[in-house]
Parts: sequence; structure tokens; C-alpha cells
Amino acid sequence: MKKPDKNDIILMAVITAAAVLIMLFLFAFRERGVYAYVYVDGKLFGEYPLNKDCEIQVTGYDGGTNILVIKDNTARIKEASCPDKLCMHQGKISINGQSLICLPNRVVVEIKGWGGDGYDAVTR
Amino acid sequence: MMQLRADRRASVRVAYIAVFTALSAVIGYVELLIPINIFGIPGVKLGLANIASVIAMYLFGPAYAFLIMTTRVILLGLMFGNMYSVLFSFAGGSLSIIAMMIFKKSGAFSVYGVSTVGGTVHNLGQLLVASVTLNGIKLYYYAPVLIIAGEVCGFVIGALSAVILNRLFFELIDKEGKGNDRVFKGDTKRDL
Repeated sequence: MKKPDKNDIILMAVITAAAVLIMLFLFAFRERGVYAYVYVDGKLFGEYPLNKDCEIQVTGYDGGTNILVIKDNTARIKEASCPDKLCMHQGKISINGQSLICLPNRVVVEIKGWGGDGYDAVTR
Repeated sequence: MMQLRADRRASVRVAYIAVFTALSAVIGYVELLIPINIFGIPGVKLGLANIASVIAMYLFGPAYAFLIMTTRVILLGLMFGNMYSVLFSFAGGSLSIIAMMIFKKSGAFSVYGVSTVGGTVHNLGQLLVASVTLNGIKLYYYAPVLIIAGEVCGFVIGALSAVILNRLFFELIDKEGKGNDRVFKGDTKRDL
């Protein structure tokens, strides 16, 4: 049986290299989210671009407040009225898909990219 | 006399193309029934039906390969698929046949390389259609996976095609017995 030529092997190596290169390229530019979406009790409270430094006071469920700070393309919660302060300890987030969650105030901060995420449609 | 022989050759060719179309449609259907999920990635299949395209490309030329592929896609689409599956299959299939034609014409690659390119381009074509029809979600994240999957599948199809072509050449074309160890390079299109 005839075996693949040297050319065929080179061709396959080139295709594989191209795929790996694309993968690395996507990996390198995957990180940064673009917007911070703030949800209160499941409803959109506001969206804030990560490249503008600002402080937002989020009025949570039942009158609680969280202060969201956007600085240097990262988002974190500086102050919270809730007793456990777990959201403050979640640190800074900046990568697409990360989130900060404050359960007592029902506040969710989510980082998203340009086109949002998740699937719009699935076809088989 | 010459006319008769030409007619006979034409009818033999038509018969073979019909057989190839039927064969590839059946292989495609059987593959639908048995989802062989090699990579654990949803939607990736070997595409065994493309063996018919590759072999037809070598035996009859790209035009006939295109014809066989189109007929198969429409047949399977009408019977088991929908408009989208026809669109996806046709885009992938026609692009892969164009790519295989170019790579085969170049004469630098054997059936393995040609088929590998075919598989890769097939998946890229489908990705292209998907990103157009699905309004440009970030589908390109899927590209590396699809390229590798297409490459591997194309290579497997190429290996199978090499086996089949060796025997078909021996059986059908080179009655003088020089077909068996043929190098599948360049233009091997012959009159049957």
C-alpha cells in the first residue's frame, strides 16, 4: 500500500501549525472583557465600559447598597451593606465570563465581551 | 464503430457515476444512523461519504466529483435534513472539491495530502456559512478545533481512498496490470 509522501507530511504539519497558531492567537486576545453588566434581582441595572474608571452605587434588593469600582479595566466591589461582605472578598474581575455576586442584595456583576456570550442558536 | 465505442464508454461512465452517487448517499445515511463520535466534540463526524468525492475526483475528474457530491447532498437533505443542513453540506462539499482540485492539479501531493486539504477546507466552509447565517457570533473560536478535526478526518478518508483507488485502478483501468502500485499524482483522469 502506498504511504503518504514527504509533501503530504509537510502539508499536514503546516495545517496543524496554522491551527495551533490560530488557537494561540485567540488565547492571547481572549482575556479582556469589555463591559461590566450589573443585575439586581435578575434584572439589568446597568452596563459600564471597563475602560472608563468610575464608581457606581448599586441599589440592591430591599434597599441594600453595593459600591462597584471600575478601575484599570477591572471591576471590584469596594463597599457593601450586607453582613457577610463576601462580594468584597471576591476581588477584581476583568476576564470575559467572570462575575461578582452579592446574595443578600441580589446583585450580580458580570463581565462580558463585545457580542455578549452564550449561544444565540444551535444547529445540528 | 468508433461511435459505438464512445457511446459504450459514456454509458459505462454514467453507470459508474450513478453507482458512486448511490454508494455515497447510503454511506452518508448509515453514518447518520451511527454517530461515531471520535473526538468527543458534538457535530464532528468522519464524513465517510466523502470517499466517493475523492475517488470520483481521481477516476472521473473534479466536475463529476462535484456532480456526485451535489446529488448526494440534495438527496440526503431532502430525505433526512432541512434547508440548513443542505446549505452547510453544499458549502463544505463544494469548497473542499475546489481545494482538492487545485491541490491535485499542482501535482505535488498524493491522495493523502489532497484529501487532508479537502477535509480541512470542508470544515472551514461550514464554519464560514455558520458565521454568515448566525450573524457573526464568535464562532471563530471553534476554528482551530474544526481545522484539526477536518485534517484528521481528511487523512483517514485519504488513506481509505488510496486503498480503494489502488484496487479500482487495477480492476477498471489498467488491464495491462500496471495499475496496482500507481502513484496517485497529477492528472490520472482516464476514459473508462
